[in-house]
Amino acid sequence: MNESPWQPAAGLDLLRLRAKLLTRIRDFFAERDVLEVETPLLSHAGLPTPQLESFAVHPVSRPEAVPAYLHTSPEFPMKRLLAAGSGSIYQICRVFRADERGRRHNPEFTLLEWYRVGFDAAALMDELELLLQRLFGQLPPVQRLSYREAFLQYAGIDGLDDAIAPLQRVLAEHAVPVPEAMPADDPDPWRDLLLTQVIEPRLPPAVFLYDYPASQAALARVRPGSPPVAERFELYLDGVEIANGFHELSDAVEQRRRFEAGNAARVSQGLAPVPLDEHLLAALDQGLPDCAGVAVGLDRLLMRAAGVDEIDAVLAFPWGRA
Amino acid sequence: MASYSTNEFKRGLKVMLDGDPCTIIENEFVKPGKGQAFNRTRLRNLKTGRVWEKTFKSGESLEAADVLDVDMQYLYSDGEFWYFMDPNSFEQVGASESSVSDAKNWLKEQDVCVVTLWNGEPISVTPPNHVTLQVTETDPGVRGDTATGATKPATLETGAVVQVPLFVDVGDLLKVDTRSGEYISRAKE
Repeated sequence: MNESPWQPAAGLDLLRLRAKLLTRIRDFFAERDVLEVETPLLSHAGLPTPQLESFAVHPVSRPEAVPAYLHTSPEFPMKRLLAAGSGSIYQICRVFRADERGRRHNPEFTLLEWYRVGFDAAALMDELELLLQRLFGQLPPVQRLSYREAFLQYAGIDGLDDAIAPLQRVLAEHAVPVPEAMPADDPDPWRDLLLTQVIEPRLPPAVFLYDYPASQAALARVRPGSPPVAERFELYLDGVEIANGFHELSDAVEQRRRFEAGNAARVSQGLAPVPLDEHLLAALDQGLPDCAGVAVGLDRLLMRAAGVDEIDAVLAFPWGRA
Repeated sequence: MASYSTNEFKRGLKVMLDGDPCTIIENEFVKPGKGQAFNRTRLRNLKTGRVWEKTFKSGESLEAADVLDVDMQYLYSDGEFWYFMDPNSFEQVGASESSVSDAKNWLKEQDVCVVTLWNGEPISVTPPNHVTLQVTETDPGVRGDTATGATKPATLETGAVVQVPLFVDVGDLLKVDTRSGEYISRAKE
């Protein structure tokens, strides 16, 4: 029973399917003159948000040394390439997120990330849809729902409203167990609970959600309005989150403010702050071309292509065997 | 006191919830890519058997339950308590009717059961998966009828009633699956 599981978790047919998807993706971008790039996995800077936890690494012989961080996504160095005039680029790489382990999560997974100069979020959704058609052959048109429409349609409330009471009411109506440690002053964890427990299971088979609450902008631009919205989108296939895209923030001052707010939130939650990516801030200060970018979870795309529901089934060596 | 963080949650982990020991029977990690992560869990209360659905914010932790599964031999019952002995230490414990629960239908003296102890007190008893018990009461057997699949009720020495094939007689020894309560076969002494 406790023999060392040296064999791969994924069947060889799925490893071949993975290779085929990678080839099709590279062909797709080659036809469009999007340049494949590589950037470091290991960085002096971390990601200062409380929601994503990096692995910090140091030499085995010097645990006291200043750590470096395994990236949670390649977006910072890719934006430096864009600021340096690379034009549209893509990358396929491993990324690392500590503590993320479950049926659809592995702490190390593969992202396809690409940036299109001159695109906005809608144009990038169009291109992602074309890529999906290339990968899957037939795919029904991907529906598009704003975050607000999705909440109205599946929960009957305005998802952009900051009041917590309506979110609590709908969670209670759907008998969703609520953690004791939910904050009384921040609607976002409540929105996340409602989104994952009530809305995601009811979404159409293929759908883009777009125009997120401004408080969930991450690295997206915020479009003024009442209320303002983040120019961010996510792709869901069969209720599973596949991709997250932004019309990219290019304002260095605003970026620094968000980094510092992230670190402040980390500290208030008892988490260590991380060093900011001053290279990225300098590049934004120099000028990022108007662009949109998206990160696609390739393992989850592969899960869908193979018709399996567990990420371990598509990984040669998931965390338990790594 | 030891505690477990949500990222250590897994099936079979014993934790304290609302003052009662529980075992995690299902744990699902859910996380919107840029948002709050949750662990959606189902836990069985080891005292009452009730199943709870709970959601935790990732990073929360639960106190570990001081729960121990021990192989113990069933001795006897005085009607109020069911007594078990640790074959190594010869220590005896008395389990209440509520902690023995459905297991009492299958308890035969000398059989080795898994007794779950919490702070040294038995809170649940799991009988062996298969037990051999004698039939004390059933309609007379019908010889030759082994193929029709028809069944009749039979009462066993522990008081349990199981459905058995028509050829089974009073005094027969039967092998029974305690998880399903189903007859498996006749058995020799």
